[in-house]
Amino acid sequence: MSVAHTQPLTMAPPELLREVHFDDEMETKISELLKRYPTKQAALLPVLWLCQEKWGWLSSGVLKAIADRLDLSPAFVEGVTTFYTMYHTEPTGKYLVQVCTTLSCQLCGASGLVEHLKERFGIDFGETTPDGRFTLLGVQCLGACGEGPVVQINNDYYTRLTVETLDQILDELPE
Amino acid sequence: MEPILLKAEHEKNSRALTTYLNRGGYSALKKALIMNPEDIREEVKKSGLRGRGGAGFPTGVKWGFVPQDSPKPKYLICNADESEPGTFKDRKLIHTDPHMLIEGIIISSYAINAYTAYIYIRGEFYEEAQILEKAIAEAYKKHYLGKNILKTGYDLDVYVHRGAGAYICGEETALMESIEGKRGQPRVKPPFPAVVGLFGCPTVINNVETLACVPHIIERGADWFASIGRPRNTGPKLFCVSGHVNRPGVYELPLGVTYREIIEEHCGGVRDGKKLKGFIPGGSSAPVLPASAIDIKADFDSVAEAGSMFGSGALIVLDETTDMVWLLENLLTFYTHESCGQCTPCREGGHWALEIVRRIRRGYGRPEDLETLERISRFASQGMTLCPLGDAFCGPITGVLKHFRGEFEAAIAKAKPLPKKKLPVLPVRSGRGTFGM
Ligand SMILES: Cc1cc2nc3c(=O)[nH]c(=O)nc-3n(C[C@H](O)[C@H](O)[C@H](O)COP(=O)(O)O)c2cc1C
Ligand code: FES
Repeated sequence: MSVAHTQPLTMAPPELLREVHFDDEMETKISELLKRYPTKQAALLPVLWLCQEKWGWLSSGVLKAIADRLDLSPAFVEGVTTFYTMYHTEPTGKYLVQVCTTLSCQLCGASGLVEHLKERFGIDFGETTPDGRFTLLGVQCLGACGEGPVVQINNDYYTRLTVETLDQILDELPE
Repeated sequence: MEPILLKAEHEKNSRALTTYLNRGGYSALKKALIMNPEDIREEVKKSGLRGRGGAGFPTGVKWGFVPQDSPKPKYLICNADESEPGTFKDRKLIHTDPHMLIEGIIISSYAINAYTAYIYIRGEFYEEAQILEKAIAEAYKKHYLGKNILKTGYDLDVYVHRGAGAYICGEETALMESIEGKRGQPRVKPPFPAVVGLFGCPTVINNVETLACVPHIIERGADWFASIGRPRNTGPKLFCVSGHVNRPGVYELPLGVTYREIIEEHCGGVRDGKKLKGFIPGGSSAPVLPASAIDIKADFDSVAEAGSMFGSGALIVLDETTDMVWLLENLLTFYTHESCGQCTPCREGGHWALEIVRRIRRGYGRPEDLETLERISRFASQGMTLCPLGDAFCGPITGVLKHFRGEFEAAIAKAKPLPKKKLPVLPVRSGRGTFGM
C-alpha cells in the first residue's frame, strides 16, 4: 500500500512515569492476561506490550510497577526488556521508521532508501529528528522479503518502496 | 498441482469464518474429534509430513515422543516467529487463511491430548496477530474452541503470544523461555521439549505451515498427501522466492520440483534478463549454491545431497552482479546482531568472522584470512553451541568459500597493506571494526 495509514505514537513525559500505578482499566487487562498462563512471570511480555502501547515507552518507573505486579525483581524485568529490540526504554519520535537492511531487501535496492532517509532526516540509525517527529532504525529481516524493499512505520508495513513512494508516504503522515 | 494451502489466495474475504466454512472448513475437525488421538498421530506419521520450520523432522514421529502417561498438562505451540531471512510464507498463510491454521492447531492439540495451545508470533507481525485474534474469537463463538468443542467433551484454549524482536526466539527452546517471560536464550537439550518443554511439561512445537497441512491430511487421507511430491519428501510446500527475480512471492508447489522450474517458469526468470549467479535454497543460513545446481530438486533430501539445506523453503535468487563478499558481510551482520550471547563460539566467532569479511571488503584482506574464516566455521558449528545458531552463521561462510572462493582471493590479492597503526594489546571488539576502519 502506498498511501500512509499510520497514526502517530504519543510518548508520556518522563515526569509522569517516574512512579507508576496501574488504574482499574489496566488492572482488568493485566488480570485477563494472567489467566492465560500458569505462572505470573509468563505474562511479562504481554504486560510490557500493554504498557508500551499505553505510555509509548517503558521508563524504569513502569518497569518497577510491572515487577511489583508480577512478583519479579526490577533487575529481572529490566534484563528481559532490554533483550528484546522492540521494547523502548527511552521515548522515541512519533514515527518509528524501521528500514529492513537484510539481504533480500538489499538486493532490491534498500541501500538507496537508507541513504535517502539518513539525508532527509539528517540523522543516523538510532537517532531522532530534533522536532521529535521521526526515529530512524535499521532493522533485520521483517519477514516480507518478496515485497522488498520494506519499511515498517510504527506497526504498519510499507512494501515495494522507491525513494519517491517513500517520500510521498512520509509527507502524508498526520501531524 | 491444485492449490491446497493457498486455495483461498484469490478469494474475496478469504479470512472470514463464513467463507472458510463454504470452502469446507472445519469438516476435518469434525472428523478428527470422533477419531482416537492415537489414530490421528498414526495418520500424520503415515503421510510423511516433515516439519516446515527448517529442520524437516517428521511431524508424526515428534508427536509420538510425548509421554502420554505423564500426569502433567501437555502444550502445543505454533511457531509463527518467521524470522529466517528470505522466509515470508507464514505471514502469507495467516493473511490468506487464518482459520485453516486454527483448525490445524485444534486437531494437532487433540492428537497429543493438549488443552492449551499458544501461537508465538514475532512482534513485528502486529496486523497478523490481530488477524489471528479475530479468527480465534470467531472460532470460540462457534464452539470450535473453548469448553466442550462441538459437544465432544474436548476442551481447548488458544492464545496468541507476541514476541518483541529477537530472531533467536524462533528456536524452539528460546521460544519457550520467551513465553515463560524470560530472555530468549536457548536451553540445553536433552531433555527435549516433547518431554520437558513449556513450564516443564511435555510440549510439541510446530511451524505454521506444518500445522496448516494437518486438516488436509485428516480430510483426504495420508495416502493422498504422500502421493504429492517424492518419497520421504511428501506434500505441498510454500516456496518463498525473493531477490533478483521478475516475480518474487510465495508459490505453492509439490516438494521435488526443480529450482529451474521455480525460477524460470513460476517466477519469470532472473530480473532484467541478467544471468543467474547462484541461489540460496533454504533461507539465509543455508549455504549458497552456484547456478550450475539449478536442476536439483527442491526438497529436504536433494538439497542436503547437494551440500546445502532445504530449511524453510526460502529461495533467494542472486544474479551475476551480486558481490559475494558483500553478501557474506550482510548475512554475518544479521547473525552477529541476533546471537543471544550465551555461547562463546557463536557470540565471538560471528563477530570475528564479520570483522574479517569487513576488512577484506574494505581492501585490507590478508592471505591467511580465508583459512581463519574456515577455522571459525569449524569451531562454531556441529554441536559446539547450545542451539544451531552457530551452524546458521557458518552455513553462509562455507557456501561462499566453496563456490565463490575466487572472489575472496581476488579481493585479497588486490589488498593494500594495513595502515601502520598501533594495535591494542588485547584485541577489542568494536562496532567500527578491530582496526578502527
Ligand atoms: C536460530 C533458529 C531460528 C529458528 N526460527 C524459526 C522460525 O522463525 N520459525 C519456525 O517455524 N521455526 C524456526 N526454527 C526451527 C524451530 O526450532 C523448530 O525446529 C520448528 O519450529 C519445529 O517445527 P516443525 O517441526 O513444524 O518444522 C528456528 C531454529 C533455529 C535454530
Ligand atoms: S529481507 Fe527485508 S523483509 Fe526480509
